[in-house]
Amino acid sequence: MFDIQTQLFEGRDIRFGPIDYEKDPQIESKWTHDSDFMRLYGIDPARPMSPAMVKKKYEKLEKEIEESKNIFYFTIRAREDDRLIGKAVVSRIEWSNGNGWIELGIGSADDRRKGYGTQALQLLLRFAFVELNLYRVTARVQEYNEAAIALLKKFGFTEEVRRRQALERDSRRWDLLVFGLLKDEWAKQAQA
Amino acid sequence: MRDIYKGNLVRLSAINAEEAGKAFARWHRDSEFKRLIDSGVLQMPSAKFAQTWLEKELEEASVNQHWFSIRKLDDDRLLGDIDLYVYNWSARDAFVGLGIGEREFWGKGYGTDVMRVILRYAFTEVNLHRVTLTVFEYNPRAIRSYEKAGFRHEGRMRGALNKEGRRWDVLVMGILREEWME
Repeated sequence: MFDIQTQLFEGRDIRFGPIDYEKDPQIESKWTHDSDFMRLYGIDPARPMSPAMVKKKYEKLEKEIEESKNIFYFTIRAREDDRLIGKAVVSRIEWSNGNGWIELGIGSADDRRKGYGTQALQLLLRFAFVELNLYRVTARVQEYNEAAIALLKKFGFTEEVRRRQALERDSRRWDLLVFGLLKDEWAKQAQA
Repeated sequence: MRDIYKGNLVRLSAINAEEAGKAFARWHRDSEFKRLIDSGVLQMPSAKFAQTWLEKELEEASVNQHWFSIRKLDDDRLLGDIDLYVYNWSARDAFVGLGIGEREFWGKGYGTDVMRVILRYAFTEVNLHRVTLTVFEYNPRAIRSYEKAGFRHEGRMRGALNKEGRRWDVLVMGILREEWME
């Protein structure tokens, strides 16, 4: 199934690519002005970023990738016109333990519910398990992020940890969940 | 007002980089100690390296980080260190990590005592909502100590550690302010 000709970065409607410093800051800046996106993607207080701030963030990120050797960052792009749709990340990799944390974001509300997240996660997991050779991947998700939870469950992730009341948003407390997927579990469902 | 730095057996003090650097270099030669507190690959830093590292870390330590030396109350001996790191201010959630480097003081209640001191500090001085920690499956002594200090089990990351040729879980534990108040 996993022969050498399998393209790691090509999905049906999307592909993984590098950061485009010319075009991407404008688009990602727009995402950060959508508070829904910020609250689904992160746990820090939402705050909008200018294109210049986004560009700085990319520079810092690429420097960190170079130095730490434990981060892999991909932009998710539409196959038809290469436009930026989202990002897919494996980070905080502990090589001796074979564990890494994943993140996935589809930036614009227009691009959600179209199966792009599913295709991106498929690529990201294959990359994590057969290229990085990880034993397990870990994903953190807010209790209120139902779409993310449904996606993780679809791929066979198990809810492993529930950090009670670790978030406060809109004047109420929410749990912060940790989901895990082992390579064996992934291989079984990837073959099915 | 009471002395919030003091417990029954230990007290919190500022970290002296020279003294702690020497102690860190010595403690890191104990692979069992290092594997109990850290999931990564073992390294053996020199006292000089540890001191420089501590100086830099302490200088950069933000208001998010509450990092102390642990000292024995009766003779002031340096036993280890404890770090309360505010991970998310808007949720007032912090991670705590502690290590007793002097192994003759393991299993004698020093860890539990310092955890009680740091929880009181976390909930009555920093005013946190909850405190989180991770602990390794192969460290039952620490798990018991954290249970005694009031932490509850919140789950386990299956097989997240690979040591001695087998897989071990990383356990996550947490305590809420309201649970601590009881």
